[in-house]
Amino acid sequence: MQYLVSVINDSTDRASADEMTAINAFNDRLQADGHWVFAGGLGAPASATVVDNRGAEAIFSDGPFLESKEYLVGFWILEAPDLDVVLKLAEAGSKACNRKLEVRPFL
Amino acid sequence: MTVLDPLEALTRAHRQEWARVVAALTRRFGDLDLAEEATAEAFATAVERWPADGVPPRPGGWLTTTAHHKAIDRIRRESKREDKHKEAQVRYDDPTGSGVPLGAIDDERLRLIFTCAHPALAMEARVALTLRMVGGLTAAEIGRAFLVREDAMTRRITRAKVKIRQARIPYRVPDADDLPARVSGVLAVLYLVFNEGYLATGPGTDPVRAELTAEAIRLARLIRELLPRDGEVAGLLALMLLTEARRPARVSATGELVALDEQDRDSWDATLVAEGHRLVRERLATGAAPGRYQILAAINAVHTSARTMEETDWSQVVALYDQLARIDRSPIVALNRAIAIAELDGPEVALAAVEGLEEPLAGYHSFHATRADLLRRLGRTQDARAAYDAAIELAGNTAEKAALVRRRDRLRNPQ
Repeated sequence: MQYLVSVINDSTDRASADEMTAINAFNDRLQADGHWVFAGGLGAPASATVVDNRGAEAIFSDGPFLESKEYLVGFWILEAPDLDVVLKLAEAGSKACNRKLEVRPFL
Repeated sequence: MTVLDPLEALTRAHRQEWARVVAALTRRFGDLDLAEEATAEAFATAVERWPADGVPPRPGGWLTTTAHHKAIDRIRRESKREDKHKEAQVRYDDPTGSGVPLGAIDDERLRLIFTCAHPALAMEARVALTLRMVGGLTAAEIGRAFLVREDAMTRRITRAKVKIRQARIPYRVPDADDLPARVSGVLAVLYLVFNEGYLATGPGTDPVRAELTAEAIRLARLIRELLPRDGEVAGLLALMLLTEARRPARVSATGELVALDEQDRDSWDATLVAEGHRLVRERLATGAAPGRYQILAAINAVHTSARTMEETDWSQVVALYDQLARIDRSPIVALNRAIAIAELDGPEVALAAVEGLEEPLAGYHSFHATRADLLRRLGRTQDARAAYDAAIELAGNTAEKAALVRRRDRLRNPQ
């Protein structure tokens, strides 16, 4: 079972050196315990482009599909047998990166 | 064995077996939705068959087996779930598979409770799901209890079940490390149900709703059976029993809430008081540090031990509130402590303590009601009237509002 663990923040400030150390330690643990699938940080919402090719021709629009005060700044994809396990991991992850996380299952 | 009246047997089976059957089926099929629907169908079949065929010798076994068949029929009908069908087929065909040993079923019910009260679900979803899956109440009954329309309540329950399935909320008893926090989550659900019954918040409901307090007590008894050594489980059960014991004295013939100092103590339920006291003594004897519910139960034990308001051991009550305040810094605890202080050190001391709570509690009717009572006792009639007005404005419970109006109006027309 895989879960998307999104990192939510109200600014796109990069992680501080201390936060980066904690995130690296957390990532090492995820890999050692077999939970790691993928992870990455994202550029600012202003760098996004929305593409809609449902109609006759593709439309490209500048910016994110949703304007909001808080946005996705990064994510993990984790392997875990159930929600309790991934929630425990997310507790530690939120502490490590010092940001709010959203846990959502893949179907 | 005497022949049981089928309707009586059904009512009893519903109370005793509903959660067992749902839990056993959830374990077998790994699907809460299927378990619930098949269990409901099994009970519907019992309503048809028992009056005609007689009550089966083991109603619980009959219901579990019937629900099993219903679940398998359902899976066959929705044959898209091929994998589950095969799995169910194997288990169903296994002659030893249908009779689950009793001890194991108790654990099943505990799993069910922890899943329904999972912290990843919203509190209102936990309450609804627990009452449906463990309590066996219908969506219509739960909707009535919380003033939500049946279709909205059904949607709430369905959404919760979808989340459990999609996010894979596990069907198991939490690890020892997580157990205290998770038990406390379950108890919070039951306490909320109990309080909604004991002091209903809506304008269109009875002020006290015995069906909710009774259900909360029944579920607390069940959890106590399953976790007999947990102090907070015993504490919450004792707290509910000692509160419920005073229910007969709580609302007057004219529909007003009766405060503790005006209650007819002879009408308190002595059996419930005795049981509550037994539980409190049992916890005291362990010498273990008490949690919030155990302290609240002890406070209620002091109240229910006194023949009159004056005979109450107020220094003991204040000491217990001090103990509670150390683990629960909520201003509501401080407010209740001030009420006890009024009896011990007089209304002036208590008022000083209450005034300090204005900032966090200005929107809480009890803050204004407490302040009003203290001002009245100090002869500050004008201030008391304004405080009663504020309390009446904020109070949601109809009987409580009526009692506050009477207190205020008594100020206007002194005898």
